[in-house]
Amino acid sequence: MGRYLRPASLAEALAAMSAAPRVPLAGGTDHYPARVGVSPDEDLLDLTAIPVLRGIAEDETGWRFGAATTWTDVIEARLPPLFDGLKAAAREVGGVQIQNAGTLGGNLCNASPAADGTPNWLALDAEVELASAAGARTLPVGAFVLGNRRTARRADELVTAIRVRRPPGPARATFVKLGARRYLVISIVMVAAVAIFDRAGRIAAARVAVGACSPVPVRLPALEARLVGERPDPALVEPADLAPLAPIDDVRGTAAYRRDAALTLVRRALAGLAA
Amino acid sequence: MRSPATRHAFRVNGRDIEAHVAPETRLADVLRDTLGLTGTKIGCNAGDCGACTVLLDGRQVCACLVPVAQADGRAVETVEGLTRGGRLAPLQRAFLDHGAAQCGICTPGMLMAAADLLARNPHPSEAEVLDGLGGVLCRCTGYRKIVEAVLSVGRDDVPVDVAPPAGRAVGARLPKTDGVPKVTGADRFGADALPDSAWLTLRAVRNPHAHARFRIGELASLHTRFPGLVAVLTARDVPGANRFGIYPTGKDQPVFAEGIARMRGEAVCALVGDAETIAAIRDEDVPITWEPLPPVTFDAALAGGAPDLHEHAPGNVLCRGRLIAGDAEAALADATLRAATTVETGFVEHAYIEPEAGYAQRLGDRIEIVACTQTPYMDRDEIALILGIAPGQVRVIPTATGGGFGGKLDLSLQPMIAVAAWTLGRPVRCVYTRPESMASTTKRHPARISAEAACDAAGRLVAYRFHGDFNTGAYASWGPTVANRVPVHAMGPYRVPNVRATSAAIHTTDTPAGAFRGFGVPQAAIAHEALMDALADRAGIDRLEFRALNALRKGDATATGQVLDHSVGLLACLDALRPRWQALRAEAAAFNRAARGPLRRGVGVACMWYGIGNTSMSNPSEMTMGIAADGTITLYSGAVDIGQGSNTIMVQIAADALGVPADAVRLVHGDTDRTRDAGKTSASRQTFVSGNAARLAGEDLRRKLLALVNAGPDATIAPDLTIHDGGRVVRPDLARLAPDANGDVVVGLGRFDPPTTALDADGRGVPYATYGFAAQLAAVEVDVDLGTVRVTRIIAAHDVGRAVNPTQVEGQIHGGIAQGLGLALMEEFFPGRNENLHDYLIPTIGDIPPIETILIEDPEPIGPYGAKGVGEPALIATAPAILGAIDHAAGVRLTRVPATPDRVRAAILAKSA
Ligand SMILES: Cc1cc2nc3c(=O)[nH]c(=O)nc-3n(C[C@H](O)[C@H](O)[C@H](O)COP(=O)(O)OP(=O)(O)OC[C@H]3O[C@@H](n4cnc5c(N)ncnc54)[C@H](O)[C@@H]3O)c2cc1C
Ligand code: FES
Ligand code: FES
Repeated sequence: MGRYLRPASLAEALAAMSAAPRVPLAGGTDHYPARVGVSPDEDLLDLTAIPVLRGIAEDETGWRFGAATTWTDVIEARLPPLFDGLKAAAREVGGVQIQNAGTLGGNLCNASPAADGTPNWLALDAEVELASAAGARTLPVGAFVLGNRRTARRADELVTAIRVRRPPGPARATFVKLGARRYLVISIVMVAAVAIFDRAGRIAAARVAVGACSPVPVRLPALEARLVGERPDPALVEPADLAPLAPIDDVRGTAAYRRDAALTLVRRALAGLAA
Repeated sequence: MRSPATRHAFRVNGRDIEAHVAPETRLADVLRDTLGLTGTKIGCNAGDCGACTVLLDGRQVCACLVPVAQADGRAVETVEGLTRGGRLAPLQRAFLDHGAAQCGICTPGMLMAAADLLARNPHPSEAEVLDGLGGVLCRCTGYRKIVEAVLSVGRDDVPVDVAPPAGRAVGARLPKTDGVPKVTGADRFGADALPDSAWLTLRAVRNPHAHARFRIGELASLHTRFPGLVAVLTARDVPGANRFGIYPTGKDQPVFAEGIARMRGEAVCALVGDAETIAAIRDEDVPITWEPLPPVTFDAALAGGAPDLHEHAPGNVLCRGRLIAGDAEAALADATLRAATTVETGFVEHAYIEPEAGYAQRLGDRIEIVACTQTPYMDRDEIALILGIAPGQVRVIPTATGGGFGGKLDLSLQPMIAVAAWTLGRPVRCVYTRPESMASTTKRHPARISAEAACDAAGRLVAYRFHGDFNTGAYASWGPTVANRVPVHAMGPYRVPNVRATSAAIHTTDTPAGAFRGFGVPQAAIAHEALMDALADRAGIDRLEFRALNALRKGDATATGQVLDHSVGLLACLDALRPRWQALRAEAAAFNRAARGPLRRGVGVACMWYGIGNTSMSNPSEMTMGIAADGTITLYSGAVDIGQGSNTIMVQIAADALGVPADAVRLVHGDTDRTRDAGKTSASRQTFVSGNAARLAGEDLRRKLLALVNAGPDATIAPDLTIHDGGRVVRPDLARLAPDANGDVVVGLGRFDPPTTALDADGRGVPYATYGFAAQLAAVEVDVDLGTVRVTRIIAAHDVGRAVNPTQVEGQIHGGIAQGLGLALMEEFFPGRNENLHDYLIPTIGDIPPIETILIEDPEPIGPYGAKGVGEPALIATAPAILGAIDHAAGVRLTRVPATPDRVRAAILAKSA
């Protein structure tokens, strides 16, 4: 028979996970839809009563987003322009109901190719903080999300936070999402971009990530390299920059369309960085 | 298996409560099943529809995604908490007054989302309303009246006629007579009406393959493993005919498949037991051996050579339809200007927010079915055949129905629960899951159409040739209706002397296609409107003027040879649109001239017509209206209100006919033991056909009542039944009269069957007594780099004969437009691939632009007070208008719908290549 645990402390949670792995549960917005009409026999670990997992903390090194921070928390937080892309994504996740319950950690751990958080984290060069009774470790987001619904999380581990380092200069971020309707829509393609500028207003470093066009959202290194020293300009984007993408045909769109739309969205993301 | 129950304490609507349930139980289930708060609805259990929206510590969440453990110590507010001291909250009142609730299944979720918004932001902008309510889907209203209602809270722009005086109900904006329970959450839909006595739960085990042979093995071990399993029902358990279907000759669908399953999602057996046991049994646990067979796809069936799915349908052709007038071939050959097109459409899902639900119980030698439905009387007769009993032994009590749109005309779970309750002798319930509902119930027919039209140099249409193949799926359902209705309407509402229109309904191993708002006419309209645009362009005539030139007018004969003597308001519709058309076209052209970015604007126009009622078939409605000894006036209406509003319309009509105020009339509806057969809620027939029956019943009752006191025909009847006849004031002595089974002492009867004739071998005759006409404009903005289309405005002019209730007529038009927009831009069902509301996209509140409705009232002399119907006409012109607008904006004519971004972009690339 399944057992449900809702600990009030992280230590308790990790102890439980080390005793026997459980299915973590946060906002439930990915969990329950996968269980319509079935009630699987599983042990659950509800993370929502653990205060340290929720909230956004800032220090001189950067920001720490607790894994159980909701999308609404992100929308309502005071954050610098570095997070404009993340905020834009938060406003477009599901509807308000989903934003109120769904969490950053759940979105990342669910590892959907269309997770709107992931390209943002890639563009933010974020790190995933994992904890288990045996200790903590961090992984770059790119090393954490391994494939469609696959992550590097060990069965006894929890994601505790996502961390973003403070950029060395002024930064701007943007996120553009393409869906077939206005609300409640899973992305056909989405693009997140972050640029850090030098004193002259030229790009010192840029990261551009595309989602829903490969099993895991990916960055575009060729483009990122070309942007350095430039001002954001859509004309800098070349079709060959999209080589890392491997889109598929599905009910939301064809592979050819995804590739074509991704090019347009990457250009628009750059235009967004210029604005 | 669930976790052990634990104690959960929280506040609900200000009251402390405790529930002892498994901690992972969805809050929605706890509210409904444990606390009895069934105002919170479940449409998907997956976060996609928002019907379950409640407030958790003041913030909207989907109660279907919240484990009850997360509610511990917190405050939950549900729709039941909005009403204070028995008074509606201003928000609820606004929903009622604005007609923001149609079927009402989404209403609790909408209200709670709005309550969240208004608590944070008492004076939201329209954009903020859209954002705040964006997580709740509505399939009925087209959202605009919901937006209006939320924006109106705190302002007093009341658009209603709460209590029109006697004789003035028709034409009044009367709020829905069944509206209050819809805004309080008290209304009982299929899943809300389940008594504890019907705890035995039924779940169908369904074919996971497109087409398969199967054998059900020894079931004893399943019973041993799951002691709570009471029965596994198979085809052998069906006492009567294991067959059902709409047409007497089309009963081809089994309750449980017999050895061959012809479609994915077909029920092969049903598990009956306590809910927990039934949920714990996986389909894989049931000993069924499957032998998948090659699917019969639409392509394969059309190509011929695929194995026949049914003996009675050689070549997998279920039936054909045809209409021949003049000589289309010769006229096409001679014509100056010609245009041709091919159109392809996919399956469209009704996506009513309420999945099928209900229960059955056996009472001696009778069976009672309490479930959502569009057609209680057909259900009754079909259940009788399935159980091998007389129709009189079946009682169907429709619950409130959370949307239907044609999809609840066919039986779904009724046969299974009927068989279970009948054979087990115990009440049995069933509630479909969303994926089950989508996988197993009917859809709109996918169509492959080829059409050609021609006009003379002056732009007058001379010929139209059409052939449409319709994928009717595994079973007949309403396939014949589509095949017959389409040829009549194929050329559109125009004068065309030479027509050849043919159609075929083709069996495949897909989900059955049945009735869906328009019965094939929306698909055909995409073709005729594309051709009108093409011919107009070729003739060098404005697209709207081309239509006006060719529009059917009073006195014209249709292609079936029917002369239209009355109520042909198409030209009036086009006249009303003309100034807006010119202005919008000019605006779009100016925008495009100045455009530097990827956005292009366009405006399209489309016309439609639609025959009201069944095609060339008797489809009578009967109604009674009675007065009890205590003076209570009751209208007994067998017309099912699935949100479209017949419960209100019938009362308005009958009240005026009797001569009393509408609020003096009580309504009993649906129950087959108490009402008479008012046919089905389909073919846009209820206002016209049943409305006439209601009128006649009211008039009959009036005559009888006045005769009791020897009053003249001009006497007036007060709500307390005092009769004023000239100077004389009398009260009929009702107490001395003997009551009937309903307790009524005076009863009026009305019956109406629209006058039609049979069609001859060429499809000629009078298929319908009257037609609805409309023209719509759509303005769009196309992002040519992404292929995305945003509809920015719709203007709809509809000739409805007479608007019995203008608010409701507008509501029907808005809702139809939303579905037409979905058909045009986003909706396509792929069996096995998008059987949920996550991947199957219907328009959200942010997708529906402002809609202007213009009601043209060209009265139909035989309609009740001049009224025709509007349910289906609302939808038909929208998709072609949008496609025309895309063409205007981007220069590409999409003929494969939905025009999803990838298709639009591909068309743009192909054009520039
Ligand atoms: C209607 C609807 C619309 C949606 N729209 C979008 C959208 O537009 N964009 C988008 O990206 N997503 C969307 N989603 C998906 C979902 O809402 C988000 O991914 C959300 O952020 C998931 O968070 P959660 O807390 O609800 O996850 P949960 O469902 O609680 O968990 C998801 C998965 O992550 C695991 N998990 C959760 N937290 C942890 C942790 N701290 N450590 C380890 N494992 C963990 C769980 O075991 C589970 O496997 C939508 C969902 C719905 C129902
Ligand atoms: S039932 Fe909860 S969102 Fe549909
Ligand atoms: S009224 Fe919204 S779904 Fe019916």
